[in-house]
Amino acid sequence: MTGPSDPELRVKALEQVLTEKGYVDPAALDVIAETYERNVGPHNGARVVARAWCDPGYRKWLLEDGTAAIAALGYSGRGGETIRAVENTAQVHNVIVCTLCSCYPWPVLGLPPAWYKSAPYRSRVVIDPRGVLSESGVELPGDTEIRVWDSTSEIRLLVVPMRPGGTEGWSEEELARLVTRDSMIGTGLPKRPEEPAP
Amino acid sequence: MNGVHDMGGLHGFGPVRPEPDEPVFHAAWERRVLALLVGLGLAGHWTLDEYRHARESLPPAELLGASYYETVLAGVERMATAHGLVSADELAAGRSMRRDGPPPRPLLPDTAGDTMRRGNPSVREAPRPARFAVGDSVRARNIHPVTHTRLPRYVRGHAGVVTAVNGCHAFPDARAHGRGDDPQWLYSVRFTGPELWGPDADPTLTVSIDAFEPYLENPA
Repeated sequence: MTGPSDPELRVKALEQVLTEKGYVDPAALDVIAETYERNVGPHNGARVVARAWCDPGYRKWLLEDGTAAIAALGYSGRGGETIRAVENTAQVHNVIVCTLCSCYPWPVLGLPPAWYKSAPYRSRVVIDPRGVLSESGVELPGDTEIRVWDSTSEIRLLVVPMRPGGTEGWSEEELARLVTRDSMIGTGLPKRPEEPAP
Repeated sequence: MNGVHDMGGLHGFGPVRPEPDEPVFHAAWERRVLALLVGLGLAGHWTLDEYRHARESLPPAELLGASYYETVLAGVERMATAHGLVSADELAAGRSMRRDGPPPRPLLPDTAGDTMRRGNPSVREAPRPARFAVGDSVRARNIHPVTHTRLPRYVRGHAGVVTAVNGCHAFPDARAHGRGDDPQWLYSVRFTGPELWGPDADPTLTVSIDAFEPYLENPA
C-alpha cells in the first residue's frame, strides 16, 4: 500500500478516512474492542464446560447441538455462528486448529492467542500433535486417539475436557475455575483440584 | 490457491511459543484494526471469504514475515480499497478526498453488541439432497484452484470417512469471488494419520476437516 508504512500510522489513516466518510463510528469500534477485552473470553467457555460436567442433560444437548446449548448460556455470534462441542474421553483427546487462517470459537474463548495463529502451531499440530502436546507438558497414553479438528468452515469447535478427579460435589462456579483456555483448545488439561486458582 | 497460508504439515517453523499472561492486544493499533475488521465485516461491505482471500493473496514473504495484525491491516486496506470505501491517495493523505463510494451503513454504538451477538450465520437452505451420508467413504478431490478454497492441500487426493452431515452453507470458493452464496452441503470428514502422512505417521492420529460437497468424490 502507499502511505505511511508504520502500522500505527496506517490504522490511524484508515480509521480517519472511514470515519470522515461515514463508514465507521469510532464509538462503535470501542464497543467491539471492549467486548473482547472485558466480556467475551475463556471464562465463557469455562462456564459451558462446567455446566456440562454437572448436568448430564446439558452435556448431551451441548454435544448434539453446541450452538443452541451455548446460546442458552448467553454466548453467540461473530466468529462462532455455529459451534460444535467435542468431548474428550479416556479413549479420545481432541485438539482444534485452523491450518488455513485463524478460525477459533470467539463467543466462548474470545480472540485467539498469538501462538494459535502462528505458523509453528498451524503447520505442525496436524502432523505431529503429540510433539506439540508434549512441549505444552501434556503427555497422553500411547493408545489414546488424538483427534485433530481443522476448522475449515464456519463451524467453530470447542473441546470439552475431562472432568478432573477429586471434584465430586463441587459447584459449577468452583469447577469453572479449573477449566483453562488451553484445555478447551486441546493443547492443555484442566487444572487439578489441588492447584491454586488463578 | 496454493499459498503459504495453507500450512498443514509444513516443517521448519520451530516450536510453538505460548506467551504467559498474553494480553488480548499487544498495541493500541491492533485493538483498532481488529475493531475495523469486525465492524466493516458485520456492516456487510464484503464477506469474510473475500477478506480471507485478500489476506492470503498478500506477497508470500509478507504473509510469513509480518505479524498477524499487520496482515489483518493489509487485508482490511485491500478490501476497503477494492470496494471503493477508500482510495490509496486518501490513505496516504489520512483524509477523505471524495464521496463516490458505496452508501455508508456504519455499525452504531448502541446496536453493535446485538449485531455481534447475531453474527453472520453461513447456514443456507438446501437446494438439493445431500450426495453423501454419515459412514460413507469419500476422497478429497485432487484439485488446485488458483482461486480461494477451504480444502487444505494436505488432504487432497486422500480417502476419509464422513462423520457428520452439517447442513448446507454458503460456499467460500464462490463467495470469495462475488459469485453469490452458491450453498453447498458441508460434511465432516475424518482421515487417518497414516492415510495423510504415510506409514511413519502416528497411528493414533486422526484429522477431521469440514469439506464442502464439491471438494469430495467417491473413492476410486
